[in-house]
Amino acid sequence: MIQGITIPDFKLPGVIATIGAHLPQWPHSLALATALNAAAKVGLLPADSLERLAGRSFVVEVLDAGGVASFACRDGLFRPLLTVPQAPDLCFQANLSAFLQLLTRQEDPDTLFFKRELSITGDTELGLLVKNMLDAIEWPQLPQLSLFRR
Amino acid sequence: MAARKIPQLICPAGSLPALKAAVDHGADAVYLGYRNETNARNFAGLNFDQRAMVEGVRYAQTRHRQVLMAINTFAQPGRFADWQRAVDGAADLGVDAVILADVGLLDDSSRRHPDLRLHLSVQGSATNYEAINFAHREFGVRRAVLPRVLTLAQVETVVRNTPVEIEVFGFGSLCVMNEGRCWLSSYATGESPNTVGACSPAKFVQWQKSPDGMATRLNGILIDCFAAAEPAGYPTLCKGRFEVQGETYYALEEPTSLNVLEILPEIARIGVAAIKVEGRQRSPTYVAQVTRTLRAALDELARGEQRFSVRPAWQAELARLAEGSQVTLGAYSRPWR
Ligand code: SF4
Repeated sequence: MIQGITIPDFKLPGVIATIGAHLPQWPHSLALATALNAAAKVGLLPADSLERLAGRSFVVEVLDAGGVASFACRDGLFRPLLTVPQAPDLCFQANLSAFLQLLTRQEDPDTLFFKRELSITGDTELGLLVKNMLDAIEWPQLPQLSLFRR
Repeated sequence: MAARKIPQLICPAGSLPALKAAVDHGADAVYLGYRNETNARNFAGLNFDQRAMVEGVRYAQTRHRQVLMAINTFAQPGRFADWQRAVDGAADLGVDAVILADVGLLDDSSRRHPDLRLHLSVQGSATNYEAINFAHREFGVRRAVLPRVLTLAQVETVVRNTPVEIEVFGFGSLCVMNEGRCWLSSYATGESPNTVGACSPAKFVQWQKSPDGMATRLNGILIDCFAAAEPAGYPTLCKGRFEVQGETYYALEEPTSLNVLEILPEIARIGVAAIKVEGRQRSPTYVAQVTRTLRAALDELARGEQRFSVRPAWQAELARLAEGSQVTLGAYSRPWR
């Protein structure tokens, strides 16, 4: 867990998903792809795992926010996709709180999966690879966010 | 009061961050493996390459914790050298022990690395003291990990009748009491933990969403269907729900995790040397959470058995992390026996 941050369990009200789904989805994809590229560049993502993502398409859907990001991995770079693929190679779905808990290492992905708070569909082996790749990242010590401090 | 001897806490490390989490939260030893078929947790993206291995061993050992390397699959015909190389690598790295299952590899390693400490893996499926004493006599095995099939009384009988240290499982997903002998995964997919290093390999698993919930298939075989908010488990055949004589239920095993907190004092009293946490496939977060909880319980036990009581907070934390969100004493307690 990243010290000092606690993400509570929460669910955004349904109205947000309704509004969110009507907003352009392209910026989420761009932001996520940019972040992933930055992580790959500084060597946070292991090269051998990255190679195995080549040519695959991904969708990340934040259910309660109504946001969808989709991107593909080509030539060692994550590229946002303009349209959400009908059958991506891998699709992650969860509410915002679960994604945040996952990213801050407050919650274990398998626990979220058992509790049905995280759904992974598509190529299961690819899903496992991505999950394990995220787990193996040694995050640099982030400056503490005083906003969230316990 | 003199501190009593309590079992060592052995924790899983599927990645470098998980290893560090285990060490930082109080593991006495971590177990890990290479990224190949010599490892019974050979999953995509998991485990250690050489660089991570070197750093992991250094991280643990400079903090006076042990590193145990699991080379716990069965050497496949014509490729024995791959398994030998893994053992040689472990010896070069200076790990504290290797955990082996294959009798041929045990024999070979005992000859080529007489100073390397050998542990008998749970995959070796030694459930009685004769089998363990055989491994001791022939290969100099110093510790055996017992399969999760024995009652506490049976574990005690084993401990009393062998000079070999005994390690038992303390927490984690259950492998349906047939470690090293299970054919379910092989039957469904042609691959199994003993051969390719994974039960129900992910490439055969499909999670299908439908309006009624989520169906799980293993190589096309429907093994379970979960309603919308129903807790799920791993996609192994043993944890599937099947129709038997008109009734659909968990015919082999429920998706649940073993948890020995309640019987920790008995485990220590009968002389078990170490308690193992399952879960190299899980994240650093899980490792930190389980290690921290069991460390607290073992430390409390070390202060005196009379004072030991299971704190509700420990149970709550472990139940939350469990597969299917429920825990069991598994075979340790079999009142119907
Ligand atoms: S099917 Fe179940 S019992 Fe068999 S190896 Fe897999 S987890 Fe263990």
